[in-house]
Amino acid sequence: MSVTSHEHEVDAATGTATTGHEWDGIRELNTPLPKWWLYIFYATIVWALGYWVVYPAIPLASSFTKGVINYSSRAEVTAEVAQLTSARAPMVAQLAKASFDEIQKDTKLLTFARAQGKAAFGDNCAPCHGAGGGGSKAFPNLADDDWLWGTGTLDDIQTTLTHGIRSTDPQTRQGNMPAFGDGVLKPAEISAVADYVRSLSVLDVDKTADLKLGQKVFAENCAACHGEDARGNHDLGSPNLTDQIWLYGSDKATIVEGITKGRGGMMPNWGERLDAGTIKALAVYVRTLGGAR
Amino acid sequence: MSLWNKHAIFEKNSILLLIGVLIVISIGGLVEIAPLFYLKSTIEKVEGVRPYTPLELAGRNIYVREGCYNCHSQMIRALRDEVERYGHYSLAAESMYDHPFQWGSKRNGPDLARVGNKYSDDWHRRHLANPRAVVAGSIMPAYPWLAKNDVDLAHIDQHMKVLAMEGVPYTPEMIEKASADAKAQGTDDDPGAADFVKRYPKAQARAYGEDKGRLTEADALIAYLQQLGTQVDFKLYDGKANLR
Repeated sequence: MSVTSHEHEVDAATGTATTGHEWDGIRELNTPLPKWWLYIFYATIVWALGYWVVYPAIPLASSFTKGVINYSSRAEVTAEVAQLTSARAPMVAQLAKASFDEIQKDTKLLTFARAQGKAAFGDNCAPCHGAGGGGSKAFPNLADDDWLWGTGTLDDIQTTLTHGIRSTDPQTRQGNMPAFGDGVLKPAEISAVADYVRSLSVLDVDKTADLKLGQKVFAENCAACHGEDARGNHDLGSPNLTDQIWLYGSDKATIVEGITKGRGGMMPNWGERLDAGTIKALAVYVRTLGGAR
Repeated sequence: MSLWNKHAIFEKNSILLLIGVLIVISIGGLVEIAPLFYLKSTIEKVEGVRPYTPLELAGRNIYVREGCYNCHSQMIRALRDEVERYGHYSLAAESMYDHPFQWGSKRNGPDLARVGNKYSDDWHRRHLANPRAVVAGSIMPAYPWLAKNDVDLAHIDQHMKVLAMEGVPYTPEMIEKASADAKAQGTDDDPGAADFVKRYPKAQARAYGEDKGRLTEADALIAYLQQLGTQVDFKLYDGKANLR
């Protein structure tokens, strides 16, 4: 390779100046940039200068230049959220006052509550209760009319949503299924009462099962919360044990596990995270999923 | 030779080119990065942000180890739809003790900046073991080993020491009591819980797992997740004073 100065040498074939570099007889053309490209490039530099003046840009000793339009992304989002809140305000106020019957009669209000409730449900409730409220193991189905806490009235649902279940809220719904395996009941008694509970729901029970003992254990330990007739108590969140709806499963091993270790799912107190309007809308949405008794 | 042709000097001398590149990048860095370290407006003045507890820090290490940041961001941007869904936009102050921060840049899953206290411990446990068990159609991988492995707290005090060197306000007492504090946070009614909460205000001490006798990796991770975005009390936060 030879590098010699051919600054003004012009390539004969194209009429373009060369860079003066030469590799084995091949010379590099110094083709100028296309004019359209060059002018756009200059324009972007001018545009950037404008940006420096209009928007926050240059750091100074203790602050930074705020720009002539005083732009702030935080002020912008605050204004946008405020606008949204005020646009919703009349409907939210109406919703807050209305009873469930009134909401059901007012198509416009019902549509609003369902739409807002559905959106809030998708992000906040669906992870546990399922996209359609169908629930899963340990997380109750909201699409049926079997309620653990209260009887599925709008007020009941609203209370549960606001204060949660076994949450940190002082007014939380509170009920405990204790761990009977911690020295309260012997394994044989737990096995017997599990069989007895299964027999209440007309599930198959082993022929060797001691149902008499199970009944006695139930009366002494379980009836206080689940009721003499085992139909549960809506104030304590104790489930009905005579139906076919099982939060954790109806097989004997799961029931024995529940009695031995205790149960107690937790639901957050949404009053801390969501505003009252959203909670009311959620209550309406949830109630239209399942319906009350 | 006009000024425009002087670049030939750089093109013909690679060492000179390298030095030139370094000078130009340094100027860019100085102008764009250095001011963030001295401008008081970089980090907002807030109440309540505290260093991670030893257990949360161990959980955070698992979060990093498993690469959670590859699919989950921890950054609620100042956009209406994000604020509507996730809550108040993230503040710089909320990640000031993060080394490195977990803002992320990809959302295959939802943002986690304010996931703390949003779902129950039980839900997190079941979800980490098998996401499909609670969220049908979830594409998140299962992490069943987290509930099986005991969390490794052997070196957590050393990690805190290093963070203290980086400016996280861990006191010698916090570092000394690290493993005791981890146990106090992850156990129901631990005798050390009162002292622990004094050192880490508003930290949540309870048994995070079903297995009461031990602390698993899942417990640590859940302890970390359950405090995300909960430290700043936004009722006391002055948004107007911190416009950017």
